[in-house]
Amino acid sequence: MTGLPAMHPGPGPVPVLALGDVLLVTLQGELHDGAAEQLQHDISRRIASSPVPVTGVVIDLSGVEIIDSFLGRVLAEIAASARLLAARTILAGMRPAVAITLVELGLTLPGLSTALNVEKALSLLGRASSAAPTAHLEEGA
Amino acid sequence: MHAPITSTTRLPIGSDADLAWVRQQVRQAAADLGFNLVQQTKLVTAASELARNALVHGGGGHMEMTVLAEGAHRGLRLSFVDAGPGIRDVELAMTDGYTTGGGLGMGLSGAKRLVKEFTLDTRPGQGTTVTIVDWVSGLPAPRTGAP
Repeated sequence: MTGLPAMHPGPGPVPVLALGDVLLVTLQGELHDGAAEQLQHDISRRIASSPVPVTGVVIDLSGVEIIDSFLGRVLAEIAASARLLAARTILAGMRPAVAITLVELGLTLPGLSTALNVEKALSLLGRASSAAPTAHLEEGA
Repeated sequence: MHAPITSTTRLPIGSDADLAWVRQQVRQAAADLGFNLVQQTKLVTAASELARNALVHGGGGHMEMTVLAEGAHRGLRLSFVDAGPGIRDVELAMTDGYTTGGGLGMGLSGAKRLVKEFTLDTRPGQGTTVTIVDWVSGLPAPRTGAP
């Protein structure tokens, strides 16, 4: 378990997947600053140009080993611009060590919604878990 | 002064790819020394803040990483060196939320909170060196064979 630095220097763009009216972004390993800023632009563009109105953005952070103030700012800005485009952003699966560090760093990311994992994030957005094909026909209230 | 037990590793800080490399190397060294996961995460986060400061405000520079030994204690010293304009008002630069670089202004003050020792040496026109030290807490690393 030591380190296991998932040598994954992914300088390439982060894929943004559409699950119905939700965009799902999975961050993994090392994220270069440029890729983080690119992601911010990609998400806004996808929300604005999607044929299906996007109501939510879920960012899966379970594979992220550190969040510094730069990435924290990018996440906050993604959420802020998504909100202006009528979509709600939920950060899912943050590691405990990352959460502890963010608080000590002074970055508590107020205004950002969180969930313990992607499934819970999707249900917060009012979507049935995509893993279960038993579609809930009566959605919401 | 702590006696270094290994030679110093020097890594360049000149691009955002270098920042990623700095993070990986610090993570690896901290894990090898037996820092626990929370300590590793704090140290790597502090290193990322300071390396980015050296890049953004100092126009690039380098990091020196040295393993420290004091009795049975093991630690890691990281120095971030740039030859940029220096920091004119250190007290202001250390204030939460103060920024000149478009960030959140948490870099210096936040990094200081994440580690045990923090020193900042800056000379206007000559550059800035920030040095942080952290020590492995709790039980010694299993792989060092304990005292």
